[in-house]
This record gives sequence, C-alpha cells and structure tokens, in this order.
Amino acid sequence: MKKDEIPHDLGALGKITKEVCYAVDESGKYTTALSEGWEVKATALDVAWNDVEGRIADAKQRVLNNEASPLLFLMEVKLMDIPIVAAYTGFWKWQVKRHMQPSVFKKLSDKKLQRYADVFETTVDNIKNLKFQ
Amino acid sequence: MKLDFQHIQAAHCENGVTTSLLRHNGIEKITEPLAFGIGSGLFYIYIPFMKINNGPAIAFRTQPGLIFKRTCKSLGIQIIRKKFSSKEEAQKVLEDCLRAGQPVGCQVGVYYLTYFPKEYRFHFNAHNIIVFGKEGDDYLVSDPVMEQTTSLSSYELERVRFAKGAFAPKGQLYYPKERVHVTDDQIKKAIRTGIKRNIRDMLYIPGNIAGIRGIKYTANKIRKWKDKLGPQKAGSYLAQLVRMQEEIGTGGGGFRFIYGAFLQQAYAYHPIDALPEISKKFTQTGDLWRTAAVQAAGIYKGRLGSQADFNTMSDYLLEIAELEKQAFVDLSKVKWNT
Repeated sequence: MKKDEIPHDLGALGKITKEVCYAVDESGKYTTALSEGWEVKATALDVAWNDVEGRIADAKQRVLNNEASPLLFLMEVKLMDIPIVAAYTGFWKWQVKRHMQPSVFKKLSDKKLQRYADVFETTVDNIKNLKFQ
Repeated sequence: MKLDFQHIQAAHCENGVTTSLLRHNGIEKITEPLAFGIGSGLFYIYIPFMKINNGPAIAFRTQPGLIFKRTCKSLGIQIIRKKFSSKEEAQKVLEDCLRAGQPVGCQVGVYYLTYFPKEYRFHFNAHNIIVFGKEGDDYLVSDPVMEQTTSLSSYELERVRFAKGAFAPKGQLYYPKERVHVTDDQIKKAIRTGIKRNIRDMLYIPGNIAGIRGIKYTANKIRKWKDKLGPQKAGSYLAQLVRMQEEIGTGGGGFRFIYGAFLQQAYAYHPIDALPEISKKFTQTGDLWRTAAVQAAGIYKGRLGSQADFNTMSDYLLEIAELEKQAFVDLSKVKWNT
C-alpha cells in the first residue's frame, strides 16, 4: 500500500481514535500514517452486527413460540454463546443448554436465576417477565 | 501514582505492548516491526472445527502471547508472567509492580472495555494493554491501538482482566524482569532467528490448515461457500475474513505490511540486498489481500454474488499463497553473513 492510498473513510472507531497503518512512501520506504477507517471493513463490521440482530430476532421468535426460554434471548443480546454463558455463570454447558428449554426454565430457583441475572445485567424479575426491548 | 512512561501508538496491541515495555526497560532501538518480526508474528491459520462469533476461525498472526515471549527470549530478556485465580491477588500484584516502578502488560477482554466504541465490543479476550499508574480509583492505561492514554476504574479493570470464554485472560500480567542492555549483535541474531522461525511456520508447518497451505485450503473452501452455506451466510463468512485481515490491530493487509517494514528495518542490521527486495514482495501480497477484501466486500454488500465471483475471490487467495510461498522461499535462500 502506498502512503497516499491509505483510506480515510470515517468509521465507528475513527470517531474515537485513528489507527496506525503501515505503507510505503514515494521512495519505497515503509512509514506509518494514521487512518480514520476503510469503507470495506466498516461494511464487514456492519454485516457482523446485522447477523447479531438476526440472531436476536430469531431468539425472540423462539421464546414467543415457547420453543426456548428467555435465557436464549438474553444470551444473544449480550453477544454470548453457550460456552461463554457457562463460563460467566459457573454452570456446566449442558446445564445452560437445559435451562434454555422452557419446561426446565420454569422450575429454576430464584437463586439460579440470580446467577443469570448478574451476567445478563438484569433482575430475576425481568428474566421471568421478559420484555423484549 | 503515575510512572514516567511513554505511550506509543502501534498498529497491533501485542506488538505495541512489547515495544513500549522493552523501551521502558532500556531497549531504545526496538520498534513495532522489529518486535513483530523477531517474534515471528506473521502467520495464517483457518481452524475448520472452531467458530468465532458464529463465523470461521481465521488468524493472520501467531498465537496470542508468543510475540512478547519470543522477542524477549531472542533478546536475552527474562520475563515474568502470572495468572491468577483470585481477583484480590491479581490486583495486589499489579499494584506492587506499579509501586516498584514497573509498568505492566495485561491481557484483557474487549467486551467490557468501556473506552472502546460499542461497535467493536465483541467477546474477544486476547487484547493487550499496559497499566502504568493509579490515580484515586482509576488505573492509567496505555492501550497501544489508541492515540492517547486512557483510564479504567478498578472495577472496570478487574472485569476485563477476568473476562471469560475462549483465551480467558485469568488476570494475566507480564513484564520484563529487569533492565538489560541489548547489543546490536544481539538484535542482529534475533532478527535472523525470527525470520528462520517464520519460514518454518509458513512453509513447513504440518497439516493443511496453517501457513501457505492454510491459505490454499481457505481458497478451496471459499469456492464451495456459496452452495454450502447459502449466499447470506457465505457473505457473513467473507466479512469475518476481511475483519480478521483488516481490522484494527493488523496495520492493514493482514499484517503483511508490518512484515514488509520489518524486512526493511532488518536491512539496517543485515546489509543484504535481498532483504529490501523481499520486502517488496510482502507489500505486493498485502496489496493483493486488500484487493481480495474489495472483492469480498462486493459479495457481502450484495453487488456481486455469482459463483464466478466466489471463484475470483478464491483465485486471489491462490495467487497470494503462491506469492507468499515465493517470498518465504527467497528468505530461506538468504546468505546470512553472521
């Protein structure tokens, strides 16, 4: 990449900090310069967030259809997956998977729900009466 | 308490932490490209049975932690590295270091990193920062990818140091054990070791998912993505490839430009004409990675999407694999004078 080809497409990061890029100058020598972002990678990030929103919408539908417990929806909102939820709550992965079933979820004690509430930054009450915001 | 510490902005977090800590400990000549090259940072791997954020697991650089470890080892610097099971202990050791005047490298998760823009906060646990002081309840932080220094409250710092999931940092901290003097001869030797190790990693690593063969493997996968995954998911997979390649921390072109810069700097220590020539080849592959990224963007933006477009993408990667193979073969033929 030549120094004058470094893109300056203002992206999410560019608003907070410019990033260091390596490029060659007119004499072919490597140097660094600051970039505000590149449209190609900004759209790649948009794709990632679109996927996240898609998964959240799917989870919402499955909870409404009573195919999954509210924990699935909250997990997707926090961009987590089952191994991450298991690591933060201290449950085993197979337990987290079971808790995603509505029938098992209904019988969970408040004490166990509190562990989920802490990780999902909400309250037990909110988990039980989930409002999809 | 604020240590006399010089913040350096770098393209990549671990390079930056390595460079800043080594400079702080008296090794003035170290630069980001030197740290990256001596640490044999350039790599490629596609792990087929693993998913990151529901997409393919692709990396353009070596395993987290290795750049610091290898660079220090090659330069004869002993390092201290600690993980903790207790949060209190992790904080205590950090503060002991600060009191002793030692800035400390910390591995952290990005998801709860408050000063990062929300768009960048995924569950990614291999970020590196330096803590260089404490004022009230706030720790002073030098994050190498940021232009300016920043700060985190003790709760925020504890949270990112004990992020969970893949590569969980477990409060990990590290720093060079002592101030040492490093001679030009040592740097010279370290450069050579770093290049040789990188040749090994890219050309001769066993299996077909890493190094040059890993790039070819990915090329062949991409050809099948459209049919196998459907257009939507195939687009998401390509977007993930581009993010790993171009996102903050890579210096552009999947670290290939940093490596090109490294070979130019290596020339100052090893005046061998082949080095700047091979540097040009890395500039070329970096450029080609970026051309491929533009093609990928055409697909995930929906402007392109036929099988022929996926084939073009795949062909770019095959071309890159050939170029990089040639570059490393050339490096392996370099006649070192010392």
